[in-house]
Amino acid sequence: MSPFLRDVTLLALGVAAILTLLTVLGERARHKRPGDAGVGLFIARVDSWWAMAILFTLAMLAGEWAMILLFAIASFAALREFYTYAARMKADHLSLALAFYILLPAQFLFVYFDLPRLFTVFIPVYAFLLLPFVSMLRGSTERFLSRVAEMQWGLMIAVFCLSHIPALMLLDLPGHEGDGRGMLLIAFLVLAVQLGDLAEFYLGRRALGPLGRKRVVPGLSAKTWEGAFWGLAAAGLTGLALFWITPFGPLSAAAMGVVASASGQAGALVLRAIKRSRGLRDWSHLIPGQGGFLDQLDSVIFAAPAFFHLTRLWWMTG
Amino acid sequence: MTDAPLLKAPARPPAWRRFAARVVGHGIVFLCRAITAVHADWRGIEPSARQRVYFANHVSNADMPMIWSVLPQHLRMKTRPVAAADYWLRNKIRAFAGGEVFRAVLIDRRADQWVDDPMAAILQALDEGASLIIFPEGLRNQGPEPLQPFKSGLFNIAEARPDVELVPTWIANLNSVMPKGEIIPLPLMCSVTFGTPLRREDGEERRDFLTRAAAALLALKPEERA
Repeated sequence: MSPFLRDVTLLALGVAAILTLLTVLGERARHKRPGDAGVGLFIARVDSWWAMAILFTLAMLAGEWAMILLFAIASFAALREFYTYAARMKADHLSLALAFYILLPAQFLFVYFDLPRLFTVFIPVYAFLLLPFVSMLRGSTERFLSRVAEMQWGLMIAVFCLSHIPALMLLDLPGHEGDGRGMLLIAFLVLAVQLGDLAEFYLGRRALGPLGRKRVVPGLSAKTWEGAFWGLAAAGLTGLALFWITPFGPLSAAAMGVVASASGQAGALVLRAIKRSRGLRDWSHLIPGQGGFLDQLDSVIFAAPAFFHLTRLWWMTG
Repeated sequence: MTDAPLLKAPARPPAWRRFAARVVGHGIVFLCRAITAVHADWRGIEPSARQRVYFANHVSNADMPMIWSVLPQHLRMKTRPVAAADYWLRNKIRAFAGGEVFRAVLIDRRADQWVDDPMAAILQALDEGASLIIFPEGLRNQGPEPLQPFKSGLFNIAEARPDVELVPTWIANLNSVMPKGEIIPLPLMCSVTFGTPLRREDGEERRDFLTRAAAALLALKPEERA
């Protein structure tokens, strides 16, 4: 068994153990309090996590292309959620079609063909200049800047930032060329951020300490300072526990987990503000118990670019 | 509309064509869901096996496949759209889709070419146990108003078959998926909202009933977000 396969197997078993534990907890809670809405939501979430973990593991085993395809599909769904509620008019039809059918696939093809320069500038620079031009051609100036700004924002969040997750496979980690470590780095990022969010949600909102009642952003989210702290702590512990699948040492792995979770928690708040400004509760109904793809991926989307660049700058030059 | 001769509505097709129709039907459902992630909001009814007439707003040719796609399989098998013969019998592909995939109750809108009374075909389908999808605005709505005035068909059904539930069904956002004059459909999310069923009250006049039905349908329209 190759080291990569061994690590994937261990990781999958570990995740399966955690999910089994959560499933058992959920079922016991359902037995105690049948018909409780919160318990039902928890069980739906755990079921969705099972599905995601299985898909993710299969993609890791199938290879880089499957991982890129998986995130390209997620990106498509996220962009669709964003644009459905964006300021847009009929005049933007062609620009939006370009975003969905050309720019999005192109960005993920850059990952597949390992073209880091294009990957970095294509959406922030070229698409940024191209899309308002295409929208302008139809001659409609009503709310023009809002329309093109929201279009670009959707691309940046749902495609550009999100594509940094599979792009972790592009990083040539010294001493680990071509051994699939990049793929395990994705698992590391997603697990640290998700377990951080989980701890934040289920530990932080029980108001244990003096900071437990103090909201980070009153009026926007129920997130408390204590919850944020538990989230960071859980992400750090996850990082420490998973250091063996990364090129980092134990302490730097913990630090990377904390940074990813901090960035992710900030991102969840930002996307929540956008959602609130649209008057939405969830972006869609596509993931049972979670809402939409943007609801599920909000933290990871913000964490990915920070994680990507930190890994490249700090670790690879160090 | 031209007066070119229409194809004949097919009799019961051979087994391989029925199989092909089912495969194409599943393909259409998959396509609708993959592109628009269409979501059913069962606000006023449960998706149960009662006999119903779903009456919906009409902005696009994709309206009917949309409703058809969100119905659970066992309801879809029993639900037939009421559609225009002069559209669906225009060529062989449409005749296959309309007649065999959707099993549409085909009505000729060209009054001068009527062979049978259109109401007779609709009532016969109801008496055979089918649920129906109808668009009481008649033609597609391409104006600025959210709904056009209803034609009388809905009232005639309510009068002739008072036991059938008339379910207002609002299709949201499909207009932005493919606005008039565009060729490429955009993958934006759509929803289909089923409201509380309507019945004609005793002695209710045609116009009152149709106004009430239109209001019930319009009440399902989601708020505009900008």
